[in-house]
Amino acid sequence: MASASDISAPSRLFRSTAFRLTLLYMGVFAMFATAALGYVAWNARRLIEDQIRQTIDAEITGLSEQFRQGGIRRLVLAIEQRARGPGASLYLVTSPFGERLAGNVEQVPAGLLDRAGESEIPYARGAEEGQGTRPALAIVRVYVLPAGFRVLVGRDASERDRLRQVVRRAGGWALAVVLLLGVIGGFVIARRVLKRVDAMSATTVSIMASDLKDRLPVSGNGDELDRLAINLNTMLDRIALLLGGLRQVSDNIAHDLKTPLTRLRNRADEALRPGAGEADMRRALDGVIEDADNLIRVFNALLMIARLEAGQARETMAPFDATATTTSVAELYEAVAEEAGVHFTCQIEPGIAAIGSRELIGQALANMVDNALKYGRPPGAGAFEVTLSMRQTGQTVTFTVADRGPGIPPEQHARALERFGRLDSSRSQPGFGLGLSLVNAIAHIHGGTLDLKDHAPGLAAVLTIPAQSARNGHARNGHAGNGHAGNGHAR
Amino acid sequence: MRLLIVEDDSDSAAYLVKAFRQEGHVADHAADGLTGYAMAEGGGYDVLVVDRMLPRMDGLSLIRSLREQNDTTPVLILSALGQVDDRVKGLRAGGDDYLPKPYAFSELMARVEVLSRRRSAAASAEPTMYRVGDLELDRLTRRVSRAGEEIVLQPREFRLLEYLMRNAGQVVTRTMLLENVWDYHFDPQTNVIDVHISRLRAKIDKGQTVPLLQTVRGAGYALRAEGR
Repeated sequence: MASASDISAPSRLFRSTAFRLTLLYMGVFAMFATAALGYVAWNARRLIEDQIRQTIDAEITGLSEQFRQGGIRRLVLAIEQRARGPGASLYLVTSPFGERLAGNVEQVPAGLLDRAGESEIPYARGAEEGQGTRPALAIVRVYVLPAGFRVLVGRDASERDRLRQVVRRAGGWALAVVLLLGVIGGFVIARRVLKRVDAMSATTVSIMASDLKDRLPVSGNGDELDRLAINLNTMLDRIALLLGGLRQVSDNIAHDLKTPLTRLRNRADEALRPGAGEADMRRALDGVIEDADNLIRVFNALLMIARLEAGQARETMAPFDATATTTSVAELYEAVAEEAGVHFTCQIEPGIAAIGSRELIGQALANMVDNALKYGRPPGAGAFEVTLSMRQTGQTVTFTVADRGPGIPPEQHARALERFGRLDSSRSQPGFGLGLSLVNAIAHIHGGTLDLKDHAPGLAAVLTIPAQSARNGHARNGHAGNGHAGNGHAR
Repeated sequence: MRLLIVEDDSDSAAYLVKAFRQEGHVADHAADGLTGYAMAEGGGYDVLVVDRMLPRMDGLSLIRSLREQNDTTPVLILSALGQVDDRVKGLRAGGDDYLPKPYAFSELMARVEVLSRRRSAAASAEPTMYRVGDLELDRLTRRVSRAGEEIVLQPREFRLLEYLMRNAGQVVTRTMLLENVWDYHFDPQTNVIDVHISRLRAKIDKGQTVPLLQTVRGAGYALRAEGR
């Protein structure tokens, strides 16, 4: 910011994009205007020259006619008559020997009369009006008559030269005006834009100072600066939301890790109390190690979620046997469920292959089942039931773990997927509330979803990931069809 | 058992060397990859414990170089990177086992012992019949019997017992069981493995005077013919 305010105001104006753009635009415009004017001038000049030539041609035709009818005498007479008029053409008739017979041209460049054809010569207008000081240009044509007489007819070309001067002057003025207006316009536009941009950057500074609470003003005319302001505001909203989430997570981490750390500390404290025997100490140290292991487990889960969210496991994605994976997780948890008196049932479609990491999906399923076993106990006297099912619909494979527990109200579903998003009702239960957020992260890295649904009553966690191939018969995945807990054929 | 620990963190290395020596093993230490490679090449070690991140030569390159020399010394990789893809990379480079940090020493010890035993067992062909005390497991007919009486096991229980018997007399941890029997590398939150073990125990030890499947406090389980 300091460097921006160091620059003096006019210099800032010169350096503004709007000013530079205006100048550039003016430069290009001037170039095109010059080219267009030049083209018009060139055409006008050609038009004038053509007219001069046509006049000369007509005169020569007329004079040759005179010569044909009355010979050299009549020609000389005609020329003398024509040469007298004001603004007349230039005439000169010479004998075959080069003697001047008639005309209003005193001198011509040597050799001009030797050959027929057109040329451009300087001439001094005869002493008619005594102003022959200024040399003028004329377009002349020499014509050879049958007997060797030569006729020169020419017309003054000053009209053409005047045109050139006029065009040049007009062009110069126009260019000057355009450039002047351009600089002024550039200044005005640049100031307008700069003012708004400056206002925006000033607001940005105050937004940063105000903890992201303010927003950029939107004028409502929908121009690009407005769109920029709207987008920046949206971005600020998102940043504020993420920051809020982050704050929430770190609050939760601090809160949820304080409890086990306090317990760990108390255990160590207890072991050091006077009178504690060796057995007490050992027991306390065992407890300390257990607590530390739990904490490490939490950090591992947090790290894993972070790495999954950063997309670091994508390279392990490959087709895998979803049937075998689900079956082996089911088998892993069957015993523990039975031991806990849970009625655990599975509906696993045979021969399904999905795209992803067998290891991660196995872990996700384990977490989902674990969660159901932990929180799915029905509040009343109902039977504790947990169902694990897997099936393919179209392009996706769906894993569902459902229980008949108290469930989660729909408005808290999003919170249940957050890190440490343990619902207050379950804070008394063991666990750190990382299970479902890890499943969520695993779902995301597979390009899939984790949905929580009301199982009426209970909770159904539905994990959906892409299938290896669309559902049109099982033939292609036949090897997994035995439905038994094979060991990762597709690893 | 002779061990080489290649680890750049001097505190962890000192802790490991001391702990292994207390268990009655010979443990040497190399503080960087190149030194570790030179020492390992000298030979004579039963197991190498190699950290992944090492100065001068990283752990995976060290293992790859050894394997190119046809050195088959078992290697256990220690790593702070505990993700699936890291494990796959480590095993692909020629590592035999992979343990993410932080780990319990009992876990490391159990794995190192299994690696070392596997090496000496690899010389002779894998037997088709395992025997521990009066417990027998026939890998071909998939029959299990104790004191001549047949025991009916589920397929997964059979694999669990097979793994325990292959490593009979040694401590196997819960994560080792999950890895080798279920082929999963995550950390199950509940006591899933314990429940499977207690079911297996109910089948093989029930009504027997000598329990074979023993719980090793703070470490895991061991299948032993005689008490410790």
